[in-house]
Amino acid sequence: MTLTDQDTPQALELRRGAEAEASALPALLLAAEHLAATVQMGAHGRKRAGAGEEFWQYRPAHSGDEARFVDWRRSARSDTQFVRDREWQLAQSVHLWVDEAASMRFTGAETGRAARSTKGDRARLLALALAVLMIRGGERVGLAGPLCPPRPGRAQLMTLAQSLAGGGEGADYGAPEVMAITAQSRAVFVSDFFGDLDAIGLALGTLADRGVRGVMLQVLDPVEEDFPFDGRVIFESMGGTLAHETRKAGDLRARYLDRLAERRDRLATMAQAAGWQFSTHHTGDPAQAALLWLHAALERGL
Amino acid sequence: MWMLGPVGFTAPWLLLGLAALPVLWLLLRAVPPAPLRRRFPGVALLLGLTDEDVQAERTPWWLMLLRMAALAAAIIGFAGPVLNPVVSVPGQGPLLIVADASWASARDWSRRIERMDRALGEAQAAGRPVALLSLTEPPPARLSFADAGSLRASLPGIVPQPWEPGPLEDILPEGAFETFWLSDGLARESRDLLLEQLEARGAVRVWQTGTPVVALGRSAIEDGQIALPIRTSLAPPAPLEVAAIGLDPAGIERELARETADFQAATETTLRFDLPPELRNRITRFEVAGIRSAGAVSLTDDAVKRRKVALVAGGRSREGLELLSPLHYLREALAPSADLIESPLEDALPAKPDVVILADIGEIAEPDRLAEWVEEGGLLVRFAGPRLAAADSDADPLLPVRLRAGGRSVGGTMSWGEPRGLAPFPETSPFAGLPVPEDVTVTAQVMAEPSPDLSARTIATLVDGTPLVTRADFGTGSIVLIHVTANAEWSSLPLSGLFPQMLERLAISARPATPSARDLAGVTWVPTKLLDAFGRLDDAGEAAGVPGETLAEAVPGPDLHPGLYAAADRVVALNAVRAEAVLAPAVWPAQIPVEGIEAPQQTPLKGWLLMAALGLLLLDIIASLALSGRLMAPRARRAAASALIAALALGFAPEARAEETAMPEARAIEAAGNVVLAHIATGDPEVDRVALEGLRGLSKTLFRRTTVEPSEPMTLDLETDDLALFTLIYWPVTSTQPAPSPMAYSKLNRYLRGGGMIVFDTRDADISGFGTSTDAGRRLQALAAPLDIPPLEPIPTDHVLTRTFYLLQSFPGRYDQTIWVEAAPPDAELAEGMPFRNLNDGVTPVVIGGNDWAAAWAMDERGLPMFPIGRGMAGERQREVAQRFGVNLVMHVLTGNYKSDQVHVPALLERLGQ
Repeated sequence: MTLTDQDTPQALELRRGAEAEASALPALLLAAEHLAATVQMGAHGRKRAGAGEEFWQYRPAHSGDEARFVDWRRSARSDTQFVRDREWQLAQSVHLWVDEAASMRFTGAETGRAARSTKGDRARLLALALAVLMIRGGERVGLAGPLCPPRPGRAQLMTLAQSLAGGGEGADYGAPEVMAITAQSRAVFVSDFFGDLDAIGLALGTLADRGVRGVMLQVLDPVEEDFPFDGRVIFESMGGTLAHETRKAGDLRARYLDRLAERRDRLATMAQAAGWQFSTHHTGDPAQAALLWLHAALERGL
Repeated sequence: MWMLGPVGFTAPWLLLGLAALPVLWLLLRAVPPAPLRRRFPGVALLLGLTDEDVQAERTPWWLMLLRMAALAAAIIGFAGPVLNPVVSVPGQGPLLIVADASWASARDWSRRIERMDRALGEAQAAGRPVALLSLTEPPPARLSFADAGSLRASLPGIVPQPWEPGPLEDILPEGAFETFWLSDGLARESRDLLLEQLEARGAVRVWQTGTPVVALGRSAIEDGQIALPIRTSLAPPAPLEVAAIGLDPAGIERELARETADFQAATETTLRFDLPPELRNRITRFEVAGIRSAGAVSLTDDAVKRRKVALVAGGRSREGLELLSPLHYLREALAPSADLIESPLEDALPAKPDVVILADIGEIAEPDRLAEWVEEGGLLVRFAGPRLAAADSDADPLLPVRLRAGGRSVGGTMSWGEPRGLAPFPETSPFAGLPVPEDVTVTAQVMAEPSPDLSARTIATLVDGTPLVTRADFGTGSIVLIHVTANAEWSSLPLSGLFPQMLERLAISARPATPSARDLAGVTWVPTKLLDAFGRLDDAGEAAGVPGETLAEAVPGPDLHPGLYAAADRVVALNAVRAEAVLAPAVWPAQIPVEGIEAPQQTPLKGWLLMAALGLLLLDIIASLALSGRLMAPRARRAAASALIAALALGFAPEARAEETAMPEARAIEAAGNVVLAHIATGDPEVDRVALEGLRGLSKTLFRRTTVEPSEPMTLDLETDDLALFTLIYWPVTSTQPAPSPMAYSKLNRYLRGGGMIVFDTRDADISGFGTSTDAGRRLQALAAPLDIPPLEPIPTDHVLTRTFYLLQSFPGRYDQTIWVEAAPPDAELAEGMPFRNLNDGVTPVVIGGNDWAAAWAMDERGLPMFPIGRGMAGERQREVAQRFGVNLVMHVLTGNYKSDQVHVPALLERLGQ
């Protein structure tokens, strides 16, 4: 793939990180189950007989096989008729939604030895790594928004990287976009899910109606998980729209953690109800584990 | 100045500021700590949460107290507090400043000048007339008061003198006056008299320091060592160092020796310098290091010079006839004060004696060499005797006068005359002034041929005018002939007290330590070097000579400066402090105010208080940060804790070092007494137990199969044990093992360099291949990095370890993997027809492997293996080979590359079946 003028350094950087993350995993194959009718043929076989272009096997013709499926050249060499089976090949559409809200720009350790990337960076990296895996598997990958519909091929990766890296200023907390997600496709939501739970619930409901299933990955900074604050603090949201003042931040820790656990619980419940998978990833941990989980969840769930 | 107890304030009105502190309390208390703004996305979850406790709104009371204390310290500090302030009370009327100005005050003379200057300045400010009296240099006329300003200008001209003040004549000024006395701190009689006179005129104040006055005594030789008494007026707080100073062979003055005088609360002690004679004779003076005072200098003279005297006698003295030996009386006279060389002349000359004494030698064995030696400055003294009398004196150049053959005998049984006595010594003689005892008689002598210069060369005669001692210069040296024998055969001179005195005058023997008046009398002593009060030795220049009688009194004063006095070849040192002087601290009557000693030091407290205020403010910063939650982020907390621990460790480190002890003696004896295998403690009790059992098993195997019979193996304590005592160190490597200390590493490196061997065992079957893929492998790399390990290689098949006792091909323990040893030199070559390369040099200092040998060697008390190896008979075979490897290893350490020697090749070839 050649580099073009619009390949900004930022996009290249993100692409390189994602390729590095993806290189360690086998190609991802999406289970396609009952979507066979709607999905277009992909490049990868399912190692079983089915609809596809590649030769799979000859099998004796059963009653019910149409005569036009009989392979006469093979059949002429024996007494019985043989049918030429093709390998079952299918491709899946996957929609990625990476939260671009201001809250994702947070990192608990900007500098120093243990500096961490922001949640947004980590989310984009994971999403694109997943995209790389899936493109390699022949699937079609796009964003949840209308700007980048799912397409196969490695050229799509560059488009995805540009779209992801170009994340602009957003609201304090994001809500998933669902309008462009096609029916029976797959969706991957990566966010901190600190926004309105009802909006998330609504989005999940809409998607469930369309037969879309997927995974939700909550990306959190360790600081958000530990709440290591003390003393008199005014907490502000990243966009500055929300503020909360406390005189003894240490006293709030237990209640904050309770609320965080409760929110996670609700998210998990909503995901389960919609047939989705939910997990939490911390930016302090390696991205590999989260990618493995995403890979497994996409493969397992359907 | 306003006083509050012992503390005075220079600006007391500032203390009013303390009254404002309660107001501050109210002000500060109302202001809570400023909040911290933090960006935090999780704020969405915090909305609606309220604080349970609103107490932190106000500054806590302890923080308030801290701030108030800081402020109070600052206020008090700026008020200028002074502990024990000196409150000067201005005096009135004329002022007499008396300075002892003795050697004892030279040590801190600049302080005295400073104090005098201050006193003069105060007097100048008050317009008081002042007179200055230096007791060691009293003015000849009556003192008169003068303007303080003009006296101040002349202050630098006042110097201490290297003697003590004597009684003062009546030169005190008329009328009443106050006295300010700068005492040197020593008690003396003249002081009480003067004090009485001064007190009759007015008030007396005294300035005196508490530093002890130090004086060195006269050095003397006792038992071959230089004994140097040292005295102080008070027991000094720290030991004093005394340096012996002299000229080095290049003529440059330098320190030759140094001793420490430890008084141990006494005020007098004696230092002993044990030096070789060459060095001893070079010493010109002793100095107390760091003290500039004439008292702290002790000049040396002939008393510590010991000459090397070669005594050569003619005939071998007959056994048992000690008193007839020609050298007996010389030996008796010289032994206490000279180093004697008694050997034949040819052996004595190379020892470079100062004096050669030939007693009754007619034919000199090596006249040329001896003449050469005399020409170079030697002193040759010859005693007459029958052999000299019989010799042909014309042929002997080494005689001051020509001798008549045969000599003469007077007062004997075959002669008419009476034995002759000695004539008084002439003025020009070196013996001038020595009393001539009546009972010294001469019965026989050798006679000089009359010649024109005979009388000039004669320095002692008999009553009849015949020469007894003649002397002639010879080159730069001289030759002295005593016309009688050195024993009592020809005269009673050697029996008399005159004999050693004459030897001393001839500068052959050294004087006794303290010269008596009789020794010094009759000669005018010319000062060559003079000592000033600061202990500096200067050339005397044209100073007038001193009669010996005055010098003998040895009381330094304006007429007798301390220094070195010389007469002919003799040198006498006169020190500033008399040998018998007692240094007693001056005691002043109670009514006399004494400043300088007990008066507590005036201490300004301003700096300390401001420092305390600053420190409290720093504490306040930390406390405020802690309160507002900005200080104690988890990482910061960890860092603070580690910093605290580091600080504590630093503080306690010296103590910990002090606790370090050497190897216990019993353990050292046990380790040194026999071959002892040892292992390094890993801190893992199970691994340590297996290692110890393994070594015990190996020891048993060695005991049973070889002549090596090791003692019980030991567990090493790297910090205390002396590794040199151990033959082989087994080091099982565990992943959690703590690294030894740097000191232990240096010991290990020394051990490796000294031929020891360390067997590293990672016990991981070498699956890592010495990469970093196992914990033990990584730990091994970390542990071994500071060690001095040569390049390694996997053991080659011809390594000497394969044949030091058993012939082995593999080196298994519980596992059988390759091991690593020191790499063979790159130029090692396979010799023609030999199976081994010529690798004669070096025992490998390390063996590194992962075969878990200890487990293979380990036996229980019944001699049964503790751990299973492999399966069935193959496993037992492996254990046997493992034990054989252990034997080979120990043999390799003990015998080195012995089996690598090509001498053994034929036998080995035979064994190998080639």
